[in-house]
Amino acid sequence: MSASGTNILLAGVGGQGVVLASKILARCAAARGEQARTSETIGMAQRGGSVTSHVRLGECARAPLIPRGGADVIIGFEPAETARSLGFLKPGGAVIVSDRGVYPSGGDEYDPEEILGFLRAYGGISALVVVSADAVRRAAGSYKPLNVALLGAAAGRLGISEEEAVAALRGIVSSRLAEANLEAWRAGAAAGEKYTRKEMGI
Amino acid sequence: MPMRLLMGNEAIALGAVAAGISIAAGYPGTPSTEVLETIARERPDGVYVEWSVNEKAALELCAGASYSGARTLVTMKQVGLNVASDPIMSLAYIGVKGGMVVLVADDPGPISSQTEQDTRAFARYSKLPVFDPSSPEEAYAMIGDAFALSERYGTPVLFRPTTRLCHATAPVEVSDRRERTTAAGFEKDPRWVIFPRLSNRAHAAIEARNAKLSDELSDYRLNAAEGRGELGIAVSGINYAYVTEALGILGASARVLKIATPFPFPYRLAEGFLRGVSSVLAVEELDPVIERELVYLCGRRELGVRILGKETGDMPPAGENTVENITARLAEYLGVPYTAPVEPILPRLPARPPTLCAGCPHRASFYAVKRAMRGKKTVFCGDIGCYTLGNALPLDMVDTCLCMGAGIMTAQGIFRAEPDRTAFAFVGDSTFFASGITGAVNAVYNKNDIVLVVLDNGVTAMTGGQTHPGIGETLMGGTAPALSIPNILEALGMKTRVVNPLDLRAAEAAAREAAGETGARAIVFKSPCVNLRGAKSAALSVDGGKCYGCGLCVSELGCPALKMSGGKASADAGMCSGCGLCAAVCAAGAITRPAAASGEDAV
Repeated sequence: MSASGTNILLAGVGGQGVVLASKILARCAAARGEQARTSETIGMAQRGGSVTSHVRLGECARAPLIPRGGADVIIGFEPAETARSLGFLKPGGAVIVSDRGVYPSGGDEYDPEEILGFLRAYGGISALVVVSADAVRRAAGSYKPLNVALLGAAAGRLGISEEEAVAALRGIVSSRLAEANLEAWRAGAAAGEKYTRKEMGI
Repeated sequence: MPMRLLMGNEAIALGAVAAGISIAAGYPGTPSTEVLETIARERPDGVYVEWSVNEKAALELCAGASYSGARTLVTMKQVGLNVASDPIMSLAYIGVKGGMVVLVADDPGPISSQTEQDTRAFARYSKLPVFDPSSPEEAYAMIGDAFALSERYGTPVLFRPTTRLCHATAPVEVSDRRERTTAAGFEKDPRWVIFPRLSNRAHAAIEARNAKLSDELSDYRLNAAEGRGELGIAVSGINYAYVTEALGILGASARVLKIATPFPFPYRLAEGFLRGVSSVLAVEELDPVIERELVYLCGRRELGVRILGKETGDMPPAGENTVENITARLAEYLGVPYTAPVEPILPRLPARPPTLCAGCPHRASFYAVKRAMRGKKTVFCGDIGCYTLGNALPLDMVDTCLCMGAGIMTAQGIFRAEPDRTAFAFVGDSTFFASGITGAVNAVYNKNDIVLVVLDNGVTAMTGGQTHPGIGETLMGGTAPALSIPNILEALGMKTRVVNPLDLRAAEAAAREAAGETGARAIVFKSPCVNLRGAKSAALSVDGGKCYGCGLCVSELGCPALKMSGGKASADAGMCSGCGLCAAVCAAGAITRPAAASGEDAV
């Protein structure tokens, strides 16, 4: 089906910049002349719900949403939402995940470490890149550009260069935030680098 | 032609602009809202666009403009069509001069709607042609065809994308050209006045036209029979994309009938398709529209083809289709091996139920009324908007919700059935203007004893922040008179209190006083939407020394910024908007504003 295409699922919580990140991916692809389709499942995300964004690159995909078992990469903005989306991952796909939990309202506490442990032990993942949200905050000054950092961590797997990302960011984020976003991208890319190309399924 | 990444709704908007519309109107409703917003943002020369007070008003505006020869676009979600159905049913008989497309976004699932109604079925009922696009890029081209058909036959035309198409982004080739149309002007003619005799003639003409259209649409380029095989599949709208992908996954082929115009159904095309297959699986969402048309055609033409679908239990009767459920069904139908992907066994994950935002003034309004009415015999009728979320625990303040504006009349009905129960009707500002005013008039006229509570946050919040008649702005960015809800209610003769709900003491007192009176009376809780219109103040903090861990703030309010940890309350500084409601609830006086914020005392 999508032998020549790439399916990327982004999963997080309303307010984390999931949709913006999918726009950046789509722009990078479009700039290269590649077909890009994106689709969001938002629900009532403005009010703290789960958000997923489906990014489908290449000619073959027709449907807006990635079928379950069809994602080459999951980019998880927080551990629990990453686990929730795991059914979308292709066997042997790669997972990029932020280690910082976003707790739901109503006090439904959970332990992000426990979920990360589950992801580490899960057999169906070829490479798991855990991005330290605190490292991103130290590099970029806040947690806000975590979305861009996660893209940076996935860049090697997706074959996106820093220049392409910077170009795609232009026109989406204000120039005031460009520097912080670039720092975040680099922090993410550093986290992604320690995985070999083979582990990332490239 | 330049290629742009466009959301389905953007593609539809730009397609309509390219088709030469000069007037567009609608009422916000997920998943249709972005169509008008796109037109307003792109500001094409010579196009007027407005958020009308409701869908009926939008449709009537565009009917008038089309009488004058202007090309018009009306937008709404599927339940909005119910509101607009009175004018559209009659307009089907009267017809239009300028092309008129009524965009109605359906919502299989439903994902954010009250019903799973099918606009294709409404098309048959109203006898209006309907287009059903299968992708954003197809929608762009198809809406031009819809305008052309509308103008050629002098009839409004329905256009019905579904949620996944409306909100999917795809590369679309956008034309720089715009059709130039000039409104010919209104010509006085008895044809614009509906009378029984005219309707009788028009009915016969419509039936003849639709028979002709069915034949013409059999050659429409976006209706197609393609692929090879004994076994047939018939699809509608976005299901075409699902089936195409599913066949790819299975490495299988089948003969596919793609229906872009479910009404008038392209019978000639479908008959040719049916004569080449032994069976057909109809893959569609909402109603079995195509399935029934094919069953009808088999009966009419005495064709021995098996038609499978929702009615035979071969497809799910309700809900959304997905590539994976269609792949599984097709594997069975086509007799192709397929192993469904293994679902991982997940650890317990936290639930994320939708809640009112931290600092949402609706929470304060509901809580004030709840406190005032504790232990009394009451009913709290709700309505459509963010505030429907007031039904969730711990607030539990929405006992009924039916459709836009219904809460005001529902409350009156409950009062008439049980006069000893105090009936409250909660309605938002935009909903009040859309369809709440008639209920208020009715309450005064019929002396129906209710407390009308208008939750005025100065914006249409649920759909993402659209303007409405109460806030002094229009969709095109101009200023407008801001209609005062209190003045309207007073003019109706309703005793009206205006209170800031974040002042808990005053809000509670207003609710208690209003409840003690009789007749139709109102409270307007006025405070801007914290997310879209509000100025946030500094976050509150909990003094761990004073907090004795009663947990009242958390268990009473359900504010997402508050939680208990280590036996004490704590406020999330990133989320807290400083509304101060929790401070008003705290018996220990442990929740305070940062001292530097102002010289005032702790709230």
